[in-house]
Amino acid sequence: MTTSTKTVRGLGSARRGTEHHIRQRVSAIALVVLVPWFLYSVAFAMTGGYEGATQWVQAPVNAILFLLLVSAALYHMRLGLETVIEDYISRAGTKQALLIGNTFFVAVLFAAIVLSVLKLWIGGAA
Amino acid sequence: MAGSGWTDRRPMSPHLQTWRWHATMYGSIFHRVTGVGLYGGAVLIAVWMIALASGPEAYAVVEGVILSLPGQLVLFLWSMAVLYHLANGVRHLIWDGPMLGFSPAIASLWSIFNFAFALLGSAMIWSLASLG
Repeated sequence: MTTSTKTVRGLGSARRGTEHHIRQRVSAIALVVLVPWFLYSVAFAMTGGYEGATQWVQAPVNAILFLLLVSAALYHMRLGLETVIEDYISRAGTKQALLIGNTFFVAVLFAAIVLSVLKLWIGGAA
Repeated sequence: MAGSGWTDRRPMSPHLQTWRWHATMYGSIFHRVTGVGLYGGAVLIAVWMIALASGPEAYAVVEGVILSLPGQLVLFLWSMAVLYHLANGVRHLIWDGPMLGFSPAIASLWSIFNFAFALLGSAMIWSLASLG
């Protein structure tokens, strides 16, 4: 006897939804606090020229909050785009490639931002 | 559904085009649109930070783009997308946690509030920043 189970085999577990949902919500709660600070703060940093922006990153509170914001935001947007890809891309190979690309791209952004903050931080302390 | 290759004979929910458009539909669609848009916004934040770390010359180039008219427009749209996604995200948390705000009247009003909040909030932030 053949059942429709064969059509879903190999397409991944269907038990991952709750975990994804909770991670999305927990990162959202962090962002509810961090995003208003960032938007307000970065608007001033961007209008203050090179000096203003550098001093902004070199202030310890700004550097810590900015790194927390970047971590939560990149994690949240990786999860979000994952859902968008799963919703609109049905071809298995293309979908997997985009999901992997999403993860890698977010990791590259994270590394680039953290290294930039570190460089400004060490430069400022010296 | 002739020629579509769809073989499942169970009833389907009607297509998006069938429904009359209302505030909560815009609210939901814009949550996803702004979410994808903010992915691009994160790239811009990364470019800004990399330029800053690269030194005054590199930063001057990026600052030139930021201060240009298209740059200012992108920045304003970015902050609107951030505030919209934030406001509607808070609504999602309130829907999931205390489970409030589901009645049609409140849900519609709340959607309109979120759009207004995004527009007015951005205008306020950039006017404060350009004065200070």
